[in-house]
Amino acid sequence: MWSARSKAIGDYVKRCVCSNGRFMAGLVDHRSNPFGSSLASGVAETSRHALPFPCNMAAPFLVRRFESTLAGKQLELLHAGDADDDQALDFPGGKVTYTPEMKFIWENYVKRVPCYRVLDENGDQIMGSNFKEMSKEVALKMYNDMVTLQFMDTIFYEAQRQGRISFYMTTIGEEAINIASAAALNDDDLVLPQYREPGVLLWRGFTLQDFANQCFGNKDDGGKGRQMPVHYGSKKHNYLTVSSPIATQLPQAAGIAYSLKMDKQDACVVAFIGDGGTSEGDFHAGLNFAAVMEAPVIFICRNNGWAISTHISEQFRSDGIVVKGQAYGIRSIRVDGSDALAVYTAIHTAREMAVSEQRPVLVETLAYRIGHHSTSDDSTKYRPLDEIEYWKMARNPVNRFRGWIEKKGWWSEKEESELRISIKKQVLQAIQVAERTEKPPIAELFSDVYDQPPDNLREQETELRETINKYPQDYPSGFPF
Amino acid sequence: MGEEVGEYQGAYKITKGLLEKYGPERVLDTPITEAGFAGIGVGAAYWGLRPVVEFMTFNFSMQAIDHIINSAAKSSYMSAGQISVPVVFRGANGAAAGVGAQHSQCYAAWYGSCPGLKVLTPYSSEDARGLLKAAIRDPDPVVFLENELLYGESFPVSAEALDSSFCLPIGKAKIEREGKDVTITAFSKLVGHALKAADILAKEGISAEVINLRSIRPLDRATINASVRKTSRLVTVEEVFPQHGVGAEICASVVEESFDYLDAPVERIAGADVPMPYAANLERMAVPQVEDIVRAAKRTCFRSR
Repeated sequence: MWSARSKAIGDYVKRCVCSNGRFMAGLVDHRSNPFGSSLASGVAETSRHALPFPCNMAAPFLVRRFESTLAGKQLELLHAGDADDDQALDFPGGKVTYTPEMKFIWENYVKRVPCYRVLDENGDQIMGSNFKEMSKEVALKMYNDMVTLQFMDTIFYEAQRQGRISFYMTTIGEEAINIASAAALNDDDLVLPQYREPGVLLWRGFTLQDFANQCFGNKDDGGKGRQMPVHYGSKKHNYLTVSSPIATQLPQAAGIAYSLKMDKQDACVVAFIGDGGTSEGDFHAGLNFAAVMEAPVIFICRNNGWAISTHISEQFRSDGIVVKGQAYGIRSIRVDGSDALAVYTAIHTAREMAVSEQRPVLVETLAYRIGHHSTSDDSTKYRPLDEIEYWKMARNPVNRFRGWIEKKGWWSEKEESELRISIKKQVLQAIQVAERTEKPPIAELFSDVYDQPPDNLREQETELRETINKYPQDYPSGFPF
Repeated sequence: MGEEVGEYQGAYKITKGLLEKYGPERVLDTPITEAGFAGIGVGAAYWGLRPVVEFMTFNFSMQAIDHIINSAAKSSYMSAGQISVPVVFRGANGAAAGVGAQHSQCYAAWYGSCPGLKVLTPYSSEDARGLLKAAIRDPDPVVFLENELLYGESFPVSAEALDSSFCLPIGKAKIEREGKDVTITAFSKLVGHALKAADILAKEGISAEVINLRSIRPLDRATINASVRKTSRLVTVEEVFPQHGVGAEICASVVEESFDYLDAPVERIAGADVPMPYAANLERMAVPQVEDIVRAAKRTCFRSR
């Protein structure tokens, strides 16, 4: 509970309780917190405390629907409290107190925003932690999928090295972020990935064969062989096709969420972005507009420390991404991304907030990119091998979650080795089948450019077929024409 | 400056060794913000530096195109010559292999239509060296379109080209191979295809003249037209979308200036009018092959239908 250290907070709380009989959700309005007034006056030492972010609180309170007109009135009432001091000024953005003392807000906090964590490295629950309970069934599916993702990555990466596919990107080190977040969402929630979130598709039912078909670009690929490997997409699974330019999915997410809001859907949008992607202009546009439009979108930033070879210290100077949320007026939380239970709980809660309050939420998951950026990268060139090994062995999200399910008596060594044998076989088989499957037919060269093919494309297709018929020796055998 | 140009030695290793040689003040690794670092580069150029800005691929330059066009290309004109923008934007352009729609588009025609920009497309190693030096020394903004697949190809290099002040003139095309029966124009990677086509044609008694455009803007209309007036036939070759492409401009120029010399309709070889697909067979058919150029040349010589 907040301590009523100022009259402003006390009054605000009273008004919340009176206005609808229920408490406002875990949002700490910074104007109402004990440090709010000192922030407005410019700070040196006094502001160097961690602001009470929601992640420090116990389980969230009941939420109420956020109505902007009501909020406006409340803000005025709130500042009316401040105005009692006779030191409030009226500006277009609202009332603000003033101070004769010039003090700058320091560029960084002495203490970084803490990250929410439930399990320790061995899979034991940390004392005092709370998390959203899950059934044995859900927990085992989560674990299964995390292991499947690991195997898929290892074997597909090898396949690229052997020249069987042109390109691949692994998700190693971020299995918990992928699977646990997917598990916490509903199937109706629309996911806009960046490119390191195939686990979400896996959770939702994309098969190993589907993944392999896309990577090999064969005729069974749902994407009709259009996209380079790992650029998955599936309307059926509510997973928007991966698009290479970085961060473009963020303003798109705000737009989609707004449309869900207009249609009053019980669903939200989930947009993923990496630490590097937050440097793009679209990050600003996406978050700012989601906040202004009060759109139900969860922005999940996978802060894994690296953007190809660019370390986060060269990417931004802020305390990670979580602090940027407040700058846009977006509720945010920092989570240990290698802790499946923490990720699951945070995303589950974020979703409740996004949908019932119709607001955006920012979740920063801290992790480490154990694999290379892609098959075109060799990360040992810019980071030490023992650092990679450390994260792989000592901080591995899959091992940690296994520790927890084993201690619950839900998993055993025997089941572990059976699972591994089975999955390896399935992945290898999926690759073999995908490799042998024919490539897409010529018609797919010209389809889907437009809804209906225009004349010039129909002409081109006719000319192409005529040319192939006339000069078959110029076209390689083994390709379907 | 650009993403991964320093410590990483460049996403395609083009800037290898530069950080070591020139230090972090001159070789800058940027955050992932194309619009940002394009703008920073232009600003630095306004104030007298000569930045070379790398886009990992020109497909990503679209996130920065406002700065290239509205900040770089037009500033000298809009400021009545008071602002000069000696910036070079360079990077991989056009189709590679198996990289799909957002990594394969060619931007020669887009940038080539904008006054205020110079647009260069090197083919050989000498082209790359001479044109890049000229681009950096040029007081105007230059868009320098390289090609990922050409990075791996070797070419013979003359002693003259190794000289540190070796520059090639901007706006001059090169006749890679002389001929008298048909003119084939090409740029970047397809110059190689055109040369192979010329070899095949020679065996059938057709002598093809291959022009390496080198410069999309300014376009060397004089060389092209002089060649067509000699051969009377024209085949233009480019990698991607035909509509409003480089070939369209060349055809218009030749029809306008050398119509009376033409003995056959002009032929345009371009890629399929579709976003580049990934599947190997579809990709192969979306991009011109050597055989397509050979057949077009023969059509102009009335050797086939």
